[in-house]
Order: sequence, then structure tokens, then C-alpha cells
Amino acid sequence: MTGLTPLAITTLMMPGTDARKVDEFLAGKQFPLTEGPNVTFVWRGDAEGVNLRHWIYGLETATALSRLPHTDLWFLTLDIPEGSRIEYKFEVLRNGKGEWIEDPRNPNRARDPFGANSVLQAVGYEAPDWSTKDDLARPGTIDQLVFDSPSLEGRRNVQMYLPARFRRSRQYPLVVVHDGKDYLNYASMKEVLDNLIHRLEIPDVIVAFTDSPDRLREYANDEAHARFLTEELVPDLAARFPLYDRPQARCLMGASFGAVASFSTACRYPGFWGRLLLQSGSFAFTDIGKRNRRGPLFDRVVEFMNRYRNEPVAVSERIFVSCGVYESLIYENRSMVPLLDATGMQVRFVEARDGHNWENWRDRLREGLSWVFPGPLMFVYE
Amino acid sequence: MPKAPRAVVLLGAQRFDPTLVEAVKDLGIKGRIAAITAGWQEREEEDDDLEEHLATLSVTTENLRLHARAEEVFRADPEFHKAHRERQALLRHRQDFYRIRLEHALDAAQVIRQRQAPEAILEDEAHASIQAIRDLDHMHLSRCAIDRGEFEDRYRPLKRPALAKHRSEIAEIIAGSEGVAIAGGHVASLLNRLDLFGIAPMLGGKAIFAWCAGAMAISERVVLFHDSPPQGVGAAEVLDAGLGLAPGVVVLPQPEFRLRLDDKERVQLMARRFAPAVCLAMPERSRARWKSGRVESQQGGVFELREDGTHALSVARHSVPPMKGHVAS
Repeated sequence: MTGLTPLAITTLMMPGTDARKVDEFLAGKQFPLTEGPNVTFVWRGDAEGVNLRHWIYGLETATALSRLPHTDLWFLTLDIPEGSRIEYKFEVLRNGKGEWIEDPRNPNRARDPFGANSVLQAVGYEAPDWSTKDDLARPGTIDQLVFDSPSLEGRRNVQMYLPARFRRSRQYPLVVVHDGKDYLNYASMKEVLDNLIHRLEIPDVIVAFTDSPDRLREYANDEAHARFLTEELVPDLAARFPLYDRPQARCLMGASFGAVASFSTACRYPGFWGRLLLQSGSFAFTDIGKRNRRGPLFDRVVEFMNRYRNEPVAVSERIFVSCGVYESLIYENRSMVPLLDATGMQVRFVEARDGHNWENWRDRLREGLSWVFPGPLMFVYE
Repeated sequence: MPKAPRAVVLLGAQRFDPTLVEAVKDLGIKGRIAAITAGWQEREEEDDDLEEHLATLSVTTENLRLHARAEEVFRADPEFHKAHRERQALLRHRQDFYRIRLEHALDAAQVIRQRQAPEAILEDEAHASIQAIRDLDHMHLSRCAIDRGEFEDRYRPLKRPALAKHRSEIAEIIAGSEGVAIAGGHVASLLNRLDLFGIAPMLGGKAIFAWCAGAMAISERVVLFHDSPPQGVGAAEVLDAGLGLAPGVVVLPQPEFRLRLDDKERVQLMARRFAPAVCLAMPERSRARWKSGRVESQQGGVFELREDGTHALSVARHSVPPMKGHVAS
């Protein structure tokens, strides 16, 4: 119910509902159907069962849709808080087997390295206009560089973003990004940079998009990875590009394990990375015992985090931390904030009604980037 | 004491609906106007629109090219360039540390405002909160002045041949102009170039037209502000002293999208913080004219922020003893 108004789906719960009435109900409506906080998911077809599959921490990962009697329409109504953005799929059960599919009635999709999900945009959520191509914003360029890394004993490709008005006579701050390809492909980071620079919300900036062939190992507090970034990549970039040579103009960023890699690298080189942007960091720790519930993949992270939590020190100057409230990691991220804050580092923490996904990280880029590197907006009056 | 300008006219934004010609016409100017567009930085010489706008009155313009000239000076005098860069880095540190203190003072004011206490105590503490912020502003301005003095004593910019040559050319152009138009743009960059070439003493007897960052730069105190920046609620901050040609006011351009005028607490804080100077919001098409150190006329919707948290159309009555600026005195 929305106040005293019955939900639209209840009109089908009358005797005599048939295929024609279902057709009429579905016609012209956008699904999932949002009526205030109530969201109704529907799927139509023959099946033994249909489940809503999502990644909202705190709710059952599979929630069954109900079949409307005498029809092939399956539905589920959930109470979803305002401003939420939820990625989901349907699991359709046939012949005892489940098939995960995108919602055919919902045009909203989010792509990620594993494919795509349907997206529920609850009342109050709007995809940010600064994340899509703006014809007024001059596009920066992206070129590929190849590095031979002694630390990593191999070659690494780095995609370099240069701002539209790049000039060799100027100096620029540097952002180094973990999981660079994913940030470019799934978080629209090039468009975001172009737009935020155009809007004066961040300064002209040079961005190095890095990737790892073995991220779960290299990003989990790895000494060689930290050395590569700090002692090899940055000096090499400084020789090629006009970069400011000061910690305040160096930002390291990443999401999930990429955030762990960023933070652990900053801890190994305290004072070098003056800005950190950490999204949904996998900052697993234990208060007792050495193994976290998340399993052995996290053992090195837990060891690192427990050590840091035991003796927190300032390793950077300004840190932006964000996390979705529908992520299991919200607990770890919320726990990090007072710890970091107490060291004297400036910390900004932002939560969103979203999950552990690339569009959540995209949606926080404006607040994050403008926090670590405020643009000339406060300086330009014309 | 340097000769005062003939008149100083502050204007609202000129980008979409320029009103400069009206102000120029009112002062009966028919000769050349020297243009300063250094706030546009590398785009400094893209001033065709300005030129065409003034050409409707048959007034010609000559761009002083302060940004480009500074680059030429830096190329010709590497030692000075290095020193200038170091000074800019120092200014950034100063601004950063001032901002940290300021944010804490504003937070403290907010916490105190939420507390329950007898009204007289709250009122007294509110004054103390404002005073603490004013003290920080004052300390920041003092430090900027000391840093500037030390830099000038050490490097004697105006005596350096590369710079002196340009300064002499600039002075000649201004001397042969009836007025000087100072456009907006990046206010720190603009102020830096005005300061670098010691422009203020050259403006005596001239009609000065300034808008947006230009208007801020020639006031006595440059206040950076934006109530809704992307990184959260913004705190207005003092950048530095301006040229001091428009005394008694803090110029706030583009209030249409920079100020939250419905937020009484923010308006009140701004007005009290900078008093006795008046916070003058200057929307598009607005205009205010100074003569002999006081506002002579205003039109087009100039309004002022009041200490009770309201705002209202301003009337021409401001005559406040100027602060000690770094160039005007």
C-alpha cells in the first residue's frame, strides 16, 4: 500500500484474472514498478519457480516471486528505501535447474567484468548527468604506455589520461588508479574526468590507469606491487609528464581489493601518497583470532588490517572513503573512519544506498575526486 | 599618495548579457580602453567579444596581455620564475592550513549554536564564534602580507629588467587609455598578475570597469565562496587582500548559483563575519559605481547580505574606511 492507495498489482488479485487482464496490466508500464517505497518485480512465463537474485547484504540473496493464480505472471513486492540503486537478476527454475537472466522488462542495465545486471532505480535515484558524455566538455586523451617493472618482473600496460588542454609548460597532479580498465569500461571514468574538469570541479589532472594480471595476490598488501607504484611508476611518469612533485598532488585510488592495495601502498610509503580515494575497501579484520569469515583469500588483508588497527598512524593527508550500505563491507568501512580520523588525516566518508558494483563507484567519483583534488570552482568567477 | 581612479564601476557577469557599454557610455568615455583579461589565463587573448562589444560605442581596446607577459618574464628570468613558483607553493600551503583551521572554527560555531543555554549566553558565544573566525581571516591576511613583503624585499620584482621592460610598456598603454576594463576568470591568477606588474598605481585618474573576478580583485579583500560545491557544503574563505579600489564591500559575483540565500544562518554568518564591510551580491546586469571612496550609484539588482540573515536590494550609502590593502595604500 502507498498510503491508502492499493498497489497496482492488487488489481490482478481479483477472481477472473486471465491472460488478457495481465496483458492490460503490463502494457505501458515501466518495470520494476515503483510506487513510493514499494517496488514490484514481475516476470512472465512458464517456470517451476522464479527467484529475485541480488547482492543486498541484509536480505536473503534469493527471494521467491509468487505466481499469480491462473496466470503465468510471477511477482514480488519489496519495500525499497528511497534513493536506492539495486542490481539484480531473475533466477528462472525449469526442470529442476536455475537459469539467471536479466529482467526482460527493465531496460536499465549495468555492465561489469562478469556481464550485465538489471538495475532497479528506486524513487530518488538518478544516474548522474556528469557521468555521461557532455558535448560541451572537451575530451581528454587516453594513450597506452608500457612499463618494464623489475619489481613485478614483467611488463605492465598503463593507460594514461591527459586532460584536453594539456600543456607541457604546466604542472599537473597525478591520480594512479587500480583496476584501470574496469574504471574506464564500467565506471565511465574518462567521461567523468572530462566532465568534472570542464565544470571546474576538479583541476586538470593526469591519470594513470593500471591493471594487474593477478589482482587478488598483488592487491592484498603486496610489497612488490607497492614498490612498483611508488618507486618505479611515479618516477617514470614524472620523467615523461610535467607532474607536481609533492604528496598533495599524488592520489592513489581503487575499489574493493584495489582500495586495499591503495591503502597498504600508502602505509608502506607513509607521506608519499598525499591523497587516497578508497571505494568499498575490502578492509577485513578480526577482533579476535586471525582468520576472517571471508576465507583464506583475505588472510593477508586481515593480517595487514589487524596490524594497522593495532597501531593506526597518519600515512596520507586527505582520504576519501565510500561504501554502499547494501554491501557486507559497510561494517569494515564504517569501522575504518574513526580510526583514520583519529590519526589527524582528513577523512571524508560517504555512504550510498547501493551495492558492491562499478556504478556505485562511478556515482561517488564526483564527491571523491573533488574532495581529494578540489577544482578551481572556488577560484573562477566569469 | 597615488592618485585615485576617476571612477570605479563594478558590474555583474558579462558573459551572456553584457552591460559594459552602458557603464562606459554613462561616463562619457570615447577613447581607448585598456583590457585586462589575465583571469582567462591561456585564453587571455580570446577577447574578440569584448572588443566587438565596446566597438558599438566606437571605443577601441588594447589588451595588456598580463598573463602572456608574465610567461615571457618567467622565460627570460629563470631565477625569478623559480622563486615565483616557490611562492605559489607557499601560498597554497598557507591557504590549505588556513582552510583547516577555518573548517574547525565553523564546526565549533555550529556545535555551539545547537547547544541549549540561556539566550544571553548563546548570543555572547555566537559573537565569540564569529570573532574567532574573523581572527583567522585576519591572521591569514597578515601572513599573506608578510610573505608578500618578504618576497618583494628578496627578489625586487619591479626592479628586475625582464619585468621592468613589460611594466613600462603597460604603463604607457594605460597612460594613453581613458579607462581600464578588468574581466573575470581565475581570481587568484588575475590578482597575481595585477600584483606582479604593480598595476594599481598606474590606475590613477582612469575609469575602472571590473566584473566578476575582476571586481573581486580590485576590492579590498578577496573572498572565495560557493555554497554548494560538489564536495559538500562550502565555507567561504579569504584569499588575500585585493587592490582596495572599491572599499567597504566584499564583492560576491554570480549569486544566482553560488549563494544559498534561503539559508539564513549562512547569510547571517557571511554578513557578520565581514562587517563593517558590506557583502554585496552582484547578479547579471547589476552595476555599482564608486566615486571618492563611496558608492555613488547602484542599479540592476545589486543586493546586500544583512546581519539578520536576510538580503535586500542595496542602496548607495557605503562609505567605510578602507582596510589596509597591499597595493592601494
